[in-house]
Amino acid sequence: MARVLVNYAHPGQRHSRINRSLARCAEMLDGISFVDLYASYPRFNIDVDQEQLQLLNHDVIILQFPLYWYSTPALLKEWQDLVLEYGFAYGPGGDKLAGKYLLPVVTAGAAEETYQCDGSNCYSLRELLAPLEQTAALCQVEYLPPYVLFSAHQARDEVSGDRHISGYQSLLTALRDDHYDYNAAVKFDHLGYARLADVLTEHN
Amino acid sequence: MDGILFQAFVYLCAAVIAVPIAKRLGLGSVLGYLIAGVLIGPVTGLVGAETQQIQHFAEFGVVMMLFLVGLELEPRALWEMRGRLLGLGGLQVLLTTLAVTAAAMTFGLSWSVALAVGLVLSLSSTAIVLQTLNEKGQMKSDGGQASFSVLLFQDIAVIPMLALIPLLALPELNQALHHSGDDGHAGTTVLAGLHGWQVAVVNLLAIAVVVVGGHYLSRPLFRMIADSKLREMFTAAALLLIIGIALLMTLVGLSPALGTFLAGVVLANSEYRHELESDIEPFKGLLLGLFFITVGAGIDFTLLFGNFAQIAGLTVGLIALKALILFVLAVTFKLRGSDRWLMTVALAQAGEFGFVLLSFTVQNAVIPGVLGDRLLLIVALSMLLTPALFIIFDKIILPRLDRGQAREADEITDKGKIVIAGLGRFGQVVNRVLLASGYKTVVLEHRADTIDGLRKFGVASFFGDATRPDLLHSAGLEDARLLVVAIDEREPALELVKYARRTNPDIHIVARVFDRNHVYQMYQAGADDIVREVFDSSVRASRYALEALGEHPFEAQKSTTVFVKRDREGLRELASLWDPDIPSSENQPYIDASRGVAKRLEDALLGMAESRHDTVGRGWQTPGAVPDVRASRRPLSDNKPPQP
Ligand SMILES: Cc1cc2nc3c(=O)[nH]c(=O)nc-3n(C[C@H](O)[C@H](O)[C@H](O)COP(=O)(O)O)c2cc1C
Repeated sequence: MARVLVNYAHPGQRHSRINRSLARCAEMLDGISFVDLYASYPRFNIDVDQEQLQLLNHDVIILQFPLYWYSTPALLKEWQDLVLEYGFAYGPGGDKLAGKYLLPVVTAGAAEETYQCDGSNCYSLRELLAPLEQTAALCQVEYLPPYVLFSAHQARDEVSGDRHISGYQSLLTALRDDHYDYNAAVKFDHLGYARLADVLTEHN
Repeated sequence: MDGILFQAFVYLCAAVIAVPIAKRLGLGSVLGYLIAGVLIGPVTGLVGAETQQIQHFAEFGVVMMLFLVGLELEPRALWEMRGRLLGLGGLQVLLTTLAVTAAAMTFGLSWSVALAVGLVLSLSSTAIVLQTLNEKGQMKSDGGQASFSVLLFQDIAVIPMLALIPLLALPELNQALHHSGDDGHAGTTVLAGLHGWQVAVVNLLAIAVVVVGGHYLSRPLFRMIADSKLREMFTAAALLLIIGIALLMTLVGLSPALGTFLAGVVLANSEYRHELESDIEPFKGLLLGLFFITVGAGIDFTLLFGNFAQIAGLTVGLIALKALILFVLAVTFKLRGSDRWLMTVALAQAGEFGFVLLSFTVQNAVIPGVLGDRLLLIVALSMLLTPALFIIFDKIILPRLDRGQAREADEITDKGKIVIAGLGRFGQVVNRVLLASGYKTVVLEHRADTIDGLRKFGVASFFGDATRPDLLHSAGLEDARLLVVAIDEREPALELVKYARRTNPDIHIVARVFDRNHVYQMYQAGADDIVREVFDSSVRASRYALEALGEHPFEAQKSTTVFVKRDREGLRELASLWDPDIPSSENQPYIDASRGVAKRLEDALLGMAESRHDTVGRGWQTPGAVPDVRASRRPLSDNKPPQP
């Protein structure tokens, strides 16, 4: 049993469909720790000690967020700035997160085709999330291929949305129950519902 | 009776005319008083020999002044200046005494007479220097502080000098004089005939009485008087305290000025400090003024003009000699720029303790009377010239110094005070936050029981009604940077803000108010930040309520933020319609506008109407989606997850 933590950040929850459903799903699962960062820190008053303790107590850290301007929402950025402290996450003595896993769970408004070098967004999503990936590297944390939903706006009323949500549930369960094939995962740039089966050893 | 009234009339008249004119001309009040004295004394002869007695009486102003200085100086601050007090002060007295003695001996005086002259002239004028420095706002500057250390040391040094001088008595003078020193200074103490160590023990006991009594007895006493709510009783008690201490000190042969200074230091931490200050202040001012007038009036012009070159030369020589030593010391003790010159100029005269010592030396047959008269004149002249030296400092020395440096010194002098009026539930929080953030505050509170209660928890505040101008003055309102009005009464709070804005246009005022009407009034009174006392807490309560109803905390946060913003805007709009002469309930435009404001606020919160202009409806909208208000207002728990 791996200890899985979902840190969820969405500032516009009254408008959200997909992330709210994803969050709900993570929250309902047994054996998974779920934190709604915007609910815990509505005034951005992040409790650094508490957040670091959370990290220490888990093996897989999931950051779930909608892609805002090719990046994380503001509070999640603030969370990185404050919680990944020098001497804790990096620098001398900063090996407290070493060996853990970081998995971004991202929804993007634009379609998948736009996220490539000849698409309108010019870069792949993996490339755009490079800051997060390199942050993980600096903290000696293993970066797992992001679980991504593109065209999130259309998906909200379609089957693709529901499938993405159920895929999320399988992913979380697999991580929790050690049915996630870390070796197989390395091959992927990112994952969506379609390829998920390739990294889950015992699909249920 | 008539005589007294006439004299009082002459003195007051001279002061009232001369001092404002002198101030207008930029000469300072001290010079004004001195000139007034010269006018009514030597020039017109309106007052005569009685000035001598009045001067003795007026010297009490110095005693009061030192009490006030002590009040400004906490024991810790006094301890911190010990280095300068002993080093700078000690060297100043020692070197000046030696130099003057040497000079006097070259003029052919015998060593004992020369030494006595040296001692007399080594002292400076506490009265003139402190008065002028306070008036110019330079007391807190480094130069002002250094000058004060020296003056304080001199006041202490007077005591051993009084003991030393009789030993210098000239036998031939002694016989001629038949004097046994029943003057009133040191001569007639109860200690005559005691051994040295016994005297020392009694002295220590007297000081202990002042310190211990000041620390433990003053509080219950003042508390009792405060409860009686009779203002003049407080004044009477304050005067009683000072006179009592002065009397005790004189009895045991110590300097009354020193005793009251000590009492001041002991009371510096007391909550009654500002009340005491504002009670004593007027007495001190009048007595000092009187003292300066008597100095002016006492100048013996016949003697002066008879030997003008000699006496003027000696006076200038004395000032130059003292200034030279002071300057060297200022450099040695690392005073910088203008501070160096300030101390040099400030302390270069001889002072009122010189008067005291002079009459004492003459009585003790140490200095011959003729010489005494001349020295008296030199001392007075040097005091008369001091304001002129200050003018030279201001007009010639300061402009020549690096401008940036002068400005830097200024800033330190004015370093912002923070006055908090009222230490109820409101003021307490403000005070705690400011203190915890490392600021110093002056807190005024008029309920003695509140003060006592909080004192137990280590919160220091001063007793007194914060709406009283004199108390605000001694709390330092004039040069304060910030005023927090936290008193829980409508009208007094408004009065206070109006007064503060008048006396200190630059001050930033944060004011507590009760309701909308009070906001409008406070705005007109001139407050900068106006805080409705329960507004923020009720906003917080509504946020909790929204959260309890299942709203996401961040949404609740946004809603209340928008509410606050909209409410402020509405308030500003309504303020322009509000009329102090018409009750709000009869002011139709006001009523209409407030309806409109309320409606807009509601719309904004529901994310309707012009919601594009509100963060509640506007922020983080899904691109391209039409906001569906009702759906998104549903609490999170209604949103069932789809079954996988
Ligand atoms: C402020 C803001 C910035 C956004 N920036 C991007 C972006 O850079 N790239 C993108 O593909 N979608 C972007 N979107 C679309 C969101 O990613 C999309 O609305 C979200 O993932 C949908 O999930 P939700 O229904 O849970 O809100 C942005 C949306 C907002 C509100």
